[in-house]
Amino acid sequence: MKKTLSLLGCVAGASLLLSQAALAQDCDTITLGSAISLTGKYATNGVHAKNGYEFAIQKIKDNGGVKVGDKCYNFEVIYYDDESKGDRGATLAERLVNQDKVQYMLGPYSSGLTKAIAPVTEKYKIPMVEAEGASRSLFNKGYKYLFAVLSTSEQYLASAVTLAAEKAQEAGKETSSVKVAVAVENDPFSLDIRAGVLDDAAKYNMEIVIDEKLPRDLSDMSAILTKVKLLKPDLLIISGHSKGAATAVRQIGEQKISTPMIAITHCEAADVTGNFGASANDFLCSTQWAETLTYEDPIFGTAANYEKEFKAAFPEYAEKKVPYQTAQASAAVYVFKDSFERAGTLDKEAVRDAISATDLQTFYGAIKFSEAGNNIAKPMVLRQIQNGEYNVVAPSAFASHPLNYPRTPQ
Amino acid sequence: MDQILGNISLLFEFPVVNLKIIIDGVMIGALFALAAYGLALVWGVMNVKNLAQGDFVIAGGYVAWYFTRQGVPPLFGVPLAFVVMWVIGWVVYKLVISRVIERDLFTSLLATFGLAIMMAQIMNLMFGSDTQSIQLKYDTLYFFDGFVDVPIAKLIGVTLASSLAVGVILFMKKSRMGQAIRATAQDARAARILGIDTEKVYAFTFSLNAAICGAAGAIIVMVWVIQPFYGISYSIRAFVIVTAAGLGNLPGVIAAGLGIGAAEQYGAHIFGIGYQQAIAVLLLLIVLLYRLIQQRRVRQSLN
Amino acid sequence: MKKSIFYTVLLAIILVAPFAFPDFRTQLATLWLMIVVAMTWDMTGGQMGYNSLGNIFFYGTGMYVAALISIGMVHDVGSYNNAARSELMTFTDAQYFTGAIIGIIGAGLFCALTAVVIGYLTFGLRGPYFAIGTLGVAIAAGELVANWDWVGGGQGIALPVYPGNLDVGKLFFYFLFAGTGVALFVFLKWLYTTRFGAAINAIRDDEEKAEAMGIHTLRYKLTTWAMAAFFVGIVGGISAFQLIHFEPLETAYQTINLGIFMVVCVLLGGKGTLWGPIIGAILFHVIKEVTWNYLLGWQWVALGALIVVTVVYFQDGVMGWLMHKKPEWFGIRVEQKEAR
Repeated sequence: MKKTLSLLGCVAGASLLLSQAALAQDCDTITLGSAISLTGKYATNGVHAKNGYEFAIQKIKDNGGVKVGDKCYNFEVIYYDDESKGDRGATLAERLVNQDKVQYMLGPYSSGLTKAIAPVTEKYKIPMVEAEGASRSLFNKGYKYLFAVLSTSEQYLASAVTLAAEKAQEAGKETSSVKVAVAVENDPFSLDIRAGVLDDAAKYNMEIVIDEKLPRDLSDMSAILTKVKLLKPDLLIISGHSKGAATAVRQIGEQKISTPMIAITHCEAADVTGNFGASANDFLCSTQWAETLTYEDPIFGTAANYEKEFKAAFPEYAEKKVPYQTAQASAAVYVFKDSFERAGTLDKEAVRDAISATDLQTFYGAIKFSEAGNNIAKPMVLRQIQNGEYNVVAPSAFASHPLNYPRTPQ
Repeated sequence: MDQILGNISLLFEFPVVNLKIIIDGVMIGALFALAAYGLALVWGVMNVKNLAQGDFVIAGGYVAWYFTRQGVPPLFGVPLAFVVMWVIGWVVYKLVISRVIERDLFTSLLATFGLAIMMAQIMNLMFGSDTQSIQLKYDTLYFFDGFVDVPIAKLIGVTLASSLAVGVILFMKKSRMGQAIRATAQDARAARILGIDTEKVYAFTFSLNAAICGAAGAIIVMVWVIQPFYGISYSIRAFVIVTAAGLGNLPGVIAAGLGIGAAEQYGAHIFGIGYQQAIAVLLLLIVLLYRLIQQRRVRQSLN
Repeated sequence: MKKSIFYTVLLAIILVAPFAFPDFRTQLATLWLMIVVAMTWDMTGGQMGYNSLGNIFFYGTGMYVAALISIGMVHDVGSYNNAARSELMTFTDAQYFTGAIIGIIGAGLFCALTAVVIGYLTFGLRGPYFAIGTLGVAIAAGELVANWDWVGGGQGIALPVYPGNLDVGKLFFYFLFAGTGVALFVFLKWLYTTRFGAAINAIRDDEEKAEAMGIHTLRYKLTTWAMAAFFVGIVGGISAFQLIHFEPLETAYQTINLGIFMVVCVLLGGKGTLWGPIIGAILFHVIKEVTWNYLLGWQWVALGALIVVTVVYFQDGVMGWLMHKKPEWFGIRVEQKEAR
């Protein structure tokens, strides 16, 4: 495992390595564990999350480590590859706890994997701070050792429904005249997005004209888009991780879908602006975090500063947006640092209680956990791709740009 | 249930949708047919059931994608994928396939399954698990008020696919090697006695199969998207088509390919796109059962 | 005499192992799972000559049936599996254990029944068509369950966590798996010496002749597959409670993982022998755990290569190799029924 870690260090860049060597000698190590998707269908985002963890660990190290009582510690993570498969993730979590004697865990990528691992950490009473599992079904099981820094997934696209309702009212129409089409992947995360959208649409009495599930190996969604053409919804919601975003943007452009409002997830992770250029214009993208927001903390600085330093440490992101998956992974590590320091001990029960009492301002937004373990202090924002730029358009408290409505098909 | 009925009524309400579905189906079906065609070849000639068929397709797609990224014009990706996959096919033949030809039927199935797992993972390590595609800078043609859209890229893809199919059919009919392949398929031992180097024929056939799949993949990456783990769905389709059409019936394979493409699009329209894979597999089971019932009838008539 | 000592030692190892290696209890339990599925695959694949690629169907179905029975005994299944459910649905200890036991047994019985139905439809298929057909059944089942909201659809099902002491919980699952494995072993050891065993071997060697000899082949085939399905369903049910959360495509109906692993285990150890699947499962499990630990990212390449090499170069497996090298060993150390 040490070998992998040093490999990871290389990625982070030689200059960072030097400072690591200088500081590491007077600090002990706290070992965290994580099963993360390095292969399989979630590998792209798994790697985003892992980079986020590594970046935060390095930053904390550079800022003097974690001070527990009068001792100082640095984090170190034992990673395993869960292959994007739940049963594998659960087995690896068992291994982390039993064989590697890990006492604290960082989460995997995706709600599905988190759902598979949470029962394991729960039964061993291992505190897990996770950053990539947003489905509400994680938080109705009564888990006590599961904490999520991100907003739950029903909030991802619900604000798009509100926007559509506002636009209908502005045009002098009843909100019940709004037609909604929903196409989501058949996995816990996207199904919960669907549930959130359906709930909100029901509040406005909107009509759901299409409600379909995308297959796991999606390469063609023209069957759904044809129906969109026929039924002319006013709002089209698509969620299917990176490949869903890529397929949707491409084929919507190709088939000249003229729906006035289209909202999707994972725009940044799929780099739709880089890959599809103008086809991506005027799409609404939900995001947990945006570098333009005015959040700030002493370790990472502002959100914009986080993006700048992250790009410097991981040059492969230079041409893209830093995805929020990375930012929230870093925030999860930060929550651990903060909680260890407040607990003042390495006792995992005390640490759990400290995590539970977290009330923290970070570059990623405010973090405060509910009884169930989800973060209730941070809103989701909705960005629109305007001329290749991601601009925040909702909710109105954070909006930097007005919404382009209706969208102009490219 | 309401949704299914609603979807069916859409077909009648807007008849032009049928045209759109059939066009979409035929376009993807043409590429299924190519992969199935290669499978029918190796199955018929050397009795190898290649479960890595879909992974050859995806590998071809990545070859084309890679060269396009290096600045090669996208359309050249197809011949390049053909050549590169030919070489890979030959290597795979020498290392693995040549040793399973004489073995029982299950062996080739399992060996190529292992191969499929390896290939998918190697592609994942080389190219990452993101979906990839090549954007062609061509327009889209619209008919019937924009209801039917035909991207020129798709037209080019289908044209390439059909010319490749015609080329291979002509090759099998006219050339010496093609004749040798057909002779070996009919009776390998007799072919050997008549002086045909069957080992060479086998190697050639398998390489040709890999090359056809590679070209199909190069077309797919221009029109749809590829991902390292998508191979299995092309393998399943290839098996459905070959089982339905029977071996050694090349026009039948093409017809079945187009038909399954259209059937899947109809299924996706009526039941929802989430059932696409299930529909393909259920078609396979139906074909198998149908064959079985047919066989039973033959048996009874013998009694 | 020597034999009884051998078996006593073996049984002692089985009983002591989880206490001797307390950190590896979960892996040991998984090892038993591999042993059971490999032995059941060999019942049809090795002993009867019907190579199924779809036995994973019974594993997945077993998981679902066990989970649904145990949930259904206490709560409304549809609302338990609802994605947007907000209220807590809990189980008392008594509900958990009665649900688990009844669910697991129910899973076995249900799978045996479905094996008869599916077998009736597919056993007419020969050779690779049987393999493809059964693989198709497993894939189709996974896809359909994934679209079935009542059982949680693509979200899968999350069962309650084992109530009570954690270490006892791990022993509980270990001994459930191990008990099933031992029962299956004893059963097969007996079965393969009976007329029934001879009959299914006859089907493997030449089905037409067997039929001509008056063996009602379909009845034998269905019975064998139903027995195999019963045990796979049982371990599927146990796995459901051990894993706690599972989803249809990658955990329950995991065609390209466990579905193929069981075949590779059997080929690695030696097809058509009593001990082959067991040796194969142990070897495979060890190789898999080692590659998964030390070849981060490359484990699937290594595994694919292992499958290819086993199938192409080493198809007789360990037992075949041993039989070839040391024929005098057989009958001394291990019970070898048909050293042909």
